[in-house]
This record gives sequence, structure tokens and C-alpha cells, in this order.
Amino acid sequence: MSASTMAGTPNRAETRAIKRSPYPGWFFTPAAIIYSVLFLVPTFASLYFSLTRWTLFDSEFIGLENFAQFLREPFLIKGLVNTVIYAAVTSGLKVVVGLLLAVMLTSQIVGRGYLRSVIFFPVLVSTVGVGITFTVLMHPTQGMINETLALFGIAGPGWLTDPNLALYSVALVDVWKGVGLATVIYIAGLVAIPQDYYEAARIDGATPWQNFWYVTLPLCRPATSTVITLSFIGGLRTFDLIWAMTKGGPGFASDTIASVIYKQYQAGFYGLSTAGNVVLFILIALLVVPLTMFLNRKQGHE
Amino acid sequence: MTKTKTKLIALMGASTLGMLMTASAVQAQQSGYLSILVDNGPQSIATMEAWAEAYKAMNPDVTIDIEVRPGGGEGDNIVKTRLATGAMADVFSYNSGSLFQAINPTQNLLPLTNEAFQDGVQDSFKSVVSAGGEVYGAPFAPAMGGGIFYNKPIYEELGLEIPTTWDEFMANNEAIKEAGKVAVIQTYADTWTSQLFVLSDFYNVLAEEPDFAEKFTANEAKFAATPAALRGFEKLQEVAEAGYFNADFGAATYADGVRMIAMGEGAHYPMLTFAVGAIAETAPDYLDDVGFFAQPGDSAENNGLTTWMPDSVYVAANTASPDLAKDFVAFIASPEGCDIRNEAVGATGPYMVAGCELPADVPPSVSDMLPYFQEGGQNAPALEFLSPVKGPALEQILVEVGTGSRDAASAAALYDEDVRKQAQQLGLEGW
Repeated sequence: MSASTMAGTPNRAETRAIKRSPYPGWFFTPAAIIYSVLFLVPTFASLYFSLTRWTLFDSEFIGLENFAQFLREPFLIKGLVNTVIYAAVTSGLKVVVGLLLAVMLTSQIVGRGYLRSVIFFPVLVSTVGVGITFTVLMHPTQGMINETLALFGIAGPGWLTDPNLALYSVALVDVWKGVGLATVIYIAGLVAIPQDYYEAARIDGATPWQNFWYVTLPLCRPATSTVITLSFIGGLRTFDLIWAMTKGGPGFASDTIASVIYKQYQAGFYGLSTAGNVVLFILIALLVVPLTMFLNRKQGHE
Repeated sequence: MTKTKTKLIALMGASTLGMLMTASAVQAQQSGYLSILVDNGPQSIATMEAWAEAYKAMNPDVTIDIEVRPGGGEGDNIVKTRLATGAMADVFSYNSGSLFQAINPTQNLLPLTNEAFQDGVQDSFKSVVSAGGEVYGAPFAPAMGGGIFYNKPIYEELGLEIPTTWDEFMANNEAIKEAGKVAVIQTYADTWTSQLFVLSDFYNVLAEEPDFAEKFTANEAKFAATPAALRGFEKLQEVAEAGYFNADFGAATYADGVRMIAMGEGAHYPMLTFAVGAIAETAPDYLDDVGFFAQPGDSAENNGLTTWMPDSVYVAANTASPDLAKDFVAFIASPEGCDIRNEAVGATGPYMVAGCELPADVPPSVSDMLPYFQEGGQNAPALEFLSPVKGPALEQILVEVGTGSRDAASAAALYDEDVRKQAQQLGLEGW
């Protein structure tokens, strides 16, 4: 800091050296030890074990065979597609619904504080509890949803038992549970928009729709990218809700990578499931790194 | 904390040993602490609790803790993980047969080969809890059959006969459907229940291909390429396509299925005979309304039952009190243990222990099963007792067949692919 007040431009190496100096190197050791014991060692150990046939007692090195086997899994392709669908559907809906709710909850309406907490409340409830509750509600013949529909003469579908529908039903529950968080992020983003813009827009005679489209939406892009990134990663590695509601079923219809991995682990194929985790890690990196770069670049243009 | 506890248990174990040595020919009183892990089926819990109570009454210095674990795949996971991490209870119940082979018995379990109680245990049971020349288990329950429960009042009302061929079975189903009733109950909320049509068909597979199990283990026979073995998959597909299932088959649970077959909400429920105990528990007044027959094959002359060996109790290799654990297991596998079980949960099938007897008034579903086991009756063990190879995804694959999203041939091919992983994990030759 002091360097910048000095006359002339100090070279970069010097600045770095000055910035680093206040703390001696061994200050980092506690963090480094914790980080390596809890993160680095397991990461590299799992990279190794993903190359073995592992019984937890002994392991036999088999090269890349686990990866070949995992990618050969007939349900894996379905799981991959499902994972991406699930992540896209949940993060898309959370953006749309979250933004709309946030706009509503930042306007002058009755019971705003109460409504805000109602929207946020599902975020606090345990995911498994939510899953079990909705499984009961979505029962094809005795569930409250279909019984209510029956009152209006509509034959409700088998929300969780129809192979074509199960994944989307779980995604909807995920949105119900997670939209509160997106809303809170959006509320923070909306409140941060200076009122000047709206005043200027009003002077120019903007309609409420134009207000939303040309002022609110562009100016809350940081919130949008946060919501998309968070919910997309959350969607990619989702497991608890799917497992609580369908266990990947019926059959393999709502399997995601995480549930495929868990089933391999459950069956005692430890090496194979570790290989699956490596695949999941790579997939998340491949999808999320470009996505974040894209969202951040757009932000820079503002 | 854990260390002191272990030491304490070790001390207790040592004192047990000491007492054993000082005690002479008289029935030695046991003392010490014993932890037990049992699956969460109401039958299993009730039985284990009754045994523990009786054992504690005989040995007042013994403390017993019973822990409960889930069944199915979740239970496999817990048992394997706890064994692998050395955190298993002293005594635990688990499957015999192929699942037993998958928990690495020679490393994880205490051999019980030379215990006196093994003299009374049937050889057919010992063979499914043996590995590397040692016997590791004692029967936890009576033997079972896999077949089809039927509702007697519906059969009487419609004047139906017990089917001895698959065609007769399908004709019965058609008549039941025409009468506006549910012909076949399926309960896919508990996915394991989807496997019965395939697993219970194994008597019929062996009738046509007597060496299927050996060839299957050696990677020489495949479900998809063996017409007799493929039949089980086809049978499920036929029943599903004919629309015989209950409306909520995708969301119904095993408990629902048990209730439905007992109360006559459905006519047939393919299931293992341990469900007799569950019926006695949930709908005791309807126990006499439920009968049982083997899953029919294609010929009436060769009609037999696919049998299941019961689960077993094992002793963990690293138990702190091996003698107490062995003594408790011996108690379970004694005629006295069988009597206690009869009292606690009723009779569900023939016992595997010499001197164990069924009470005179067994429910009809049990008496329907007994002839298959008796002299001249025809039965054959299920595949999982003849081969260590069982794929973990069979239940999901069969749910797909039952819901109509996959046909029998491709399901069998998919299952053949699934078992490869298990065979490789076990390190079998030829895979």
C-alpha cells in the first residue's frame, strides 16, 4: 500500500514482496496442514483408488478399467442426461421464480416481512424431511395432490411413479425448497439498485414493464449470476432429495450421477464408485468453469 | 472414551473366560456385554428381543444391547462398512448365500465350525454360510419358499383352482380381472419386492438346465441367452402387459402388499414366505385367508418350489467377547431358541435345526408350503445359494420391466452386464 503512494511506478516483484512480508511463512502451516489432511490427501487417495478394484481391505490396481466400466454403465448415460436436465430445470426456474418473487417482495405490499419469511422457510427445513413429505403428497391414489385434483374431475398423473415424470416432479420440489434462497439473493440485488435509475426512467415515461426489462433486469445481473452458479452446481451434485423421493426410480428414470455413484458404493464396488466421483468432479468442472467465466465476462461489460 | 470402553469390554471378556474355566460341568453362567445388530423387520426385532430377554433371564450378569439397521441395499451398505472399519457389533444377522460371500467372511467373521451346536444344523444350511472350509453362521429363522401368496376367499368366490402351470395361473388372473378385482399385487416403493417373479422361477430354470448355476458362476451361461432363465423376466412382462397390477403398484410398499393380500384387496402377491410373519403382525384376523403356492412352470408334472435359506447370525472376527457371543449364538440355534421364536412371531416355515418343531396349528400359508419340503416334495434352492454372483441392480431392472419401460429380453441382457461387476469384485475366474 505504501508503495503506491511513493513517486514513480514500483515494479511488480517489489510490490508482491512487500505485500507478502507482514506474516512469516509458518503462519500458513496450520491452515496448510488442515487443508492437506482433509482435502489434498483424500483427493489424491481417491484418484489412486479410482484406478483399483477396492474392497476397503485391499486393492488391486486395474488401470482405467473402472472408468471404462463406469462409462459403460447402461444407466450412466441416462444419469448424465438427467443430471444436466435437473440442473438446468432447477436453476432456470429458480432464476425466473426467484426474481419475480423478489420484485414482488421489494414492492410496497401488505405483510411483506411475513411473506418474505414464508418464502424463505422451506430453505430451513431438512431436505430429507421435505422429500418424504412430498412423497406422501404425491402418492398416485392416496396423495393429497391427486385427491385435490380429483375434486375438480382431473385424474392426476403418477407424479413419482411415471418414469417420464418422476425427474421433473423431484425438480419441482427442489425449486419449492430452494427458491427462497434465490429470492433472498435477488432482494439484496434489487435493493442495491440506486433509485436514480428508476427516477430517470419515470421522467422518460417508462412503463412498469420497461422499468423491469431495461432497468431492474440488467442491474441485477450480479445476483442472477450468483443464483445461476449456486443452483446449477447444487443441481449437478444433487442427491439427498432424489434419494429421499425416488431412489433414482422408477427403475433408473430419475437417476443422476450422484445416485448412480451411491448405488455402486452401496453394492460394495468401492473402486468403481470412486471412479464415478472423479467423473462427477470433472463434469462439474467442465460445465461450471466456462459458465462462471461467461457470466463474469458479461458482468465486466456493464 | 472408545479406548477405555474397548478395554472395559476386553476385561469383561477376560473375566467371562475366567468364569468359564472355573465353572465345572454345570451349565456355565455367562457374564459380560454383548452388542447385537439386527435388521429392522418387525419379525427380526421381535425375535431377537425375545432371545435376548430369555438369555438374560438365564444369565443375569449379561448385558445385551440390540441395535437396529435398515434392510435391503441400505443394510448391505451398513454391514459392509461396519465390518470394514472394525465397528461391527459382536453378533449380527445378515443374509446367507451370495450376499454372505460378498462380506469377505474369512477375514471379517469368527469361524463357528467346531461349535457343538453345529451338529444339529442341517448341512444344506451350513453350505450357504461356509467359505474357505469354515462354517460361519447359525440359522436366524426357518427356511423360506419363494412363490405366490393367494387370497383364499377370492379363489372360493370365483371357483378357481390352484394353478400348476403358468398358463393356468394366467387364466386365473384373467378371471380375477374380469371379476373387477386386482389380480396381481406389486409394490415398487420397496424395489426389492420386484424381484420375486424372476427369483422364484429358479426351480423351473433348474428343471430344464440342471447345471445353470455352475455355468453362470463360470461366466458360461447367461440369462439372456438361456431360454429357461429368460422365462422369469418374460413372466413379469406378461403379467405387467396384461394390466393385472393394482393401480398404485408404483407407490405401494411391502407393508401395503401384505395388507392387500390378507384383506383381499388383491388375489396374488409374489413374495417370500417370511411375509407370513408380517401378515400375522398386521392383519392377524385374516391370517387364515391367505394361502401359498409355488410359482408355476410350463409343465404340471414338474411343479416345485424355489427355496430360500434363512438369514444367519454371525460373530464379528474382532469381537471383544467371543465366548459369550458363541454361547448366545448356540442358544439361538437350539430347540429352545426355536420355541422362543415360535412364541414371539409364530411359525413361518420348517426349521434348519434338529429337534426344532413347528406348533400344530400353523397358518394355511405355511402348511401349503410344507409339502414341498417333505419327502417326495419337489424343491430347489434359489440361485443366490448356488452361485455367489448376484447383480445389485436386478430390482431396478425389474421395476423397469414392471412399469413397461423395458422388455424382458433387454432386461435380461442388462442384468447379465450387471452381474459382471459383482463377479469381478469377488475376483472370480473367467470374468
